[in-house]
Amino acid sequence: MAETVSTSAQDPSRRDFIYIATGAAGAAGAALFAWPLVDQMNPAADTKALSTTEVDLSDISEGQQIIAKWQGKPVFIRHRTQGEIDAARGVDASGLKDPQSDEDRLVPNQDGKYEPKYLIMLASCTHLGCVPLGDGAGDYEGWFCPCHGSHYDTAGRIRKGPAPKNLFLPPYQYLSDTLIKIG
Amino acid sequence: MSGYPGYDPKSGFEKWLDARLPIVRLGYDTFIFPTPRNLNYWWTFGGILAVLLMSQIISGIILAMHYVPHVSMAYDSVQHINRDVNFGWLLQPLHANGASMMFLAVYIHMFRGIYYGSYKSPREVLWIVGVVIYLLMMATGFMGYVLPWGQMSFWGATVITNLFSAIPLVGDAITGWLWGGFSVDNPTLNRFFSLHFVLPFAILGMVILHVWALHVPGNNNPTGVSVKNVDKDTLPFHPYYTVKDGFAIIVFLMVLSAFVFFAPDALNHPDNYIRANPVVTPAHIVPEWYYLPFYAMLRAVPDKLGGVIVMFGAIGLLFALPWLDTSKVRSMRYRRLAKLFFMIFVLACLGLGWAGAKAPTDLVFAAGTDTATGDPSGFNFLWMARILTLYYYAFFLVILPLLGLIEKPEARPDSIEKSVLESNAGEA
Repeated sequence: MAETVSTSAQDPSRRDFIYIATGAAGAAGAALFAWPLVDQMNPAADTKALSTTEVDLSDISEGQQIIAKWQGKPVFIRHRTQGEIDAARGVDASGLKDPQSDEDRLVPNQDGKYEPKYLIMLASCTHLGCVPLGDGAGDYEGWFCPCHGSHYDTAGRIRKGPAPKNLFLPPYQYLSDTLIKIG
Repeated sequence: MSGYPGYDPKSGFEKWLDARLPIVRLGYDTFIFPTPRNLNYWWTFGGILAVLLMSQIISGIILAMHYVPHVSMAYDSVQHINRDVNFGWLLQPLHANGASMMFLAVYIHMFRGIYYGSYKSPREVLWIVGVVIYLLMMATGFMGYVLPWGQMSFWGATVITNLFSAIPLVGDAITGWLWGGFSVDNPTLNRFFSLHFVLPFAILGMVILHVWALHVPGNNNPTGVSVKNVDKDTLPFHPYYTVKDGFAIIVFLMVLSAFVFFAPDALNHPDNYIRANPVVTPAHIVPEWYYLPFYAMLRAVPDKLGGVIVMFGAIGLLFALPWLDTSKVRSMRYRRLAKLFFMIFVLACLGLGWAGAKAPTDLVFAAGTDTATGDPSGFNFLWMARILTLYYYAFFLVILPLLGLIEKPEARPDSIEKSVLESNAGEA
């Protein structure tokens, strides 16, 4: 800028620069300080530390469902009957609202094999977070959310109602044939 | 304004103080304020709301002295207040029912504003500040309902915070941020207590802006005709309307007292006397009655994000109302068609509330039986909510914009004074 060669104290462009630079530094500082005020509401370190749960599956008999707690949230662990597995596999997944095959709903065990009898899902309706009713509830004999009427099938897939997604799967792995670690 | 000479400090002390802190002048100008002489009892709900807000703040500060915002003690501490704290049996129901009565009064206040066109120029900002107050009231009421940590508290909090998970991309980050964990838990309860304590003071601040914005153009009135001659059309707020409002406030407090003393849990839900349990969801989650119309709208849409948008949009429309209504005539008293659609609108809001309290599959009326199952079939609440939601939106987006263009309003009185004299002559 040729006009700013002058170094006179009255030069308005030098004034403007200092003014804007000061304002920008102040705004950046305010934004930096605002972040701790916002981030303090995110989960604290001790909350995040309680992040894994181990569950022994051998105690669950066929046709039985238990609720384990992981990160304060309920988790369904269902030992499915052969009838339930067949019902889940007899559906053309491509036509579903959230298309997933029955195997997409499972995690391979330590030998790389699928164990379809154990279905492990978050017990939280993907609509607004209510705990669905289990043990063959709903039109598809899987789970039914009483809050707003979402029906899930025997693989926990959304089949009818307002929920947008299948019941979420928590991250988990098989430590042995009957022991899993969630988280 | 010859009838309103303004504050005239008499004594030496008054003059001395007025030159330094004109607080007496402020009070004088606030209460010796020219007010249309024809205000009816629908205009008393502002004063009623001011009294209720103070009652809520005072009773709330007292409850906070005894309440413990921790998941293991919150439920017991509310029982402790009701059973053991001196006069706790009075103060806790006063606070809980006072909240309900505040919503009753605010809904009447808002319907009044719509019927008489109180949002129209030059009162748009006054109306918008009012809608902000209503939003703050909803947030405060919701968080207050969570604090007793019963089943409805917990599951209401779960459902409402999960509304934000419908937002694409950032939804889950927002819910985790609101919860301070992986679900509604102790950090959530603790922060809700903090916010429930402070938000009423934000409401108080907005109420001051609301009254300030009212005092610039002055009150609207049942004719909607502007004040033309201050001496003939208005009366000083004090004593004329302090007395009229005072009478209405006492009558309204009798209604509140009837609940507090004779039916303290009538507006509560029995499930909130069950301690919060994160692994058992109650069979029917219902919000407090004052949220039911919006809850019905949420459930009317078979899509998660769509339902949330429709629900919040219903409140968003209120912000745009001053520009949606194209009629130059403020009061619907002189708009026969608008009056009819307004009455249907009120019924639609009540109907939505009714639908919100019922399961979507419940029947409004049965019409025959299902041939496959033998169950009665007919018109269910889901479809009723859908039709009424459609009407709610149509009222703001179609009916009010079009009516202003096609409706021919009836003759309005020339002035507030004439309308008063004519109606008196009619009675004689």
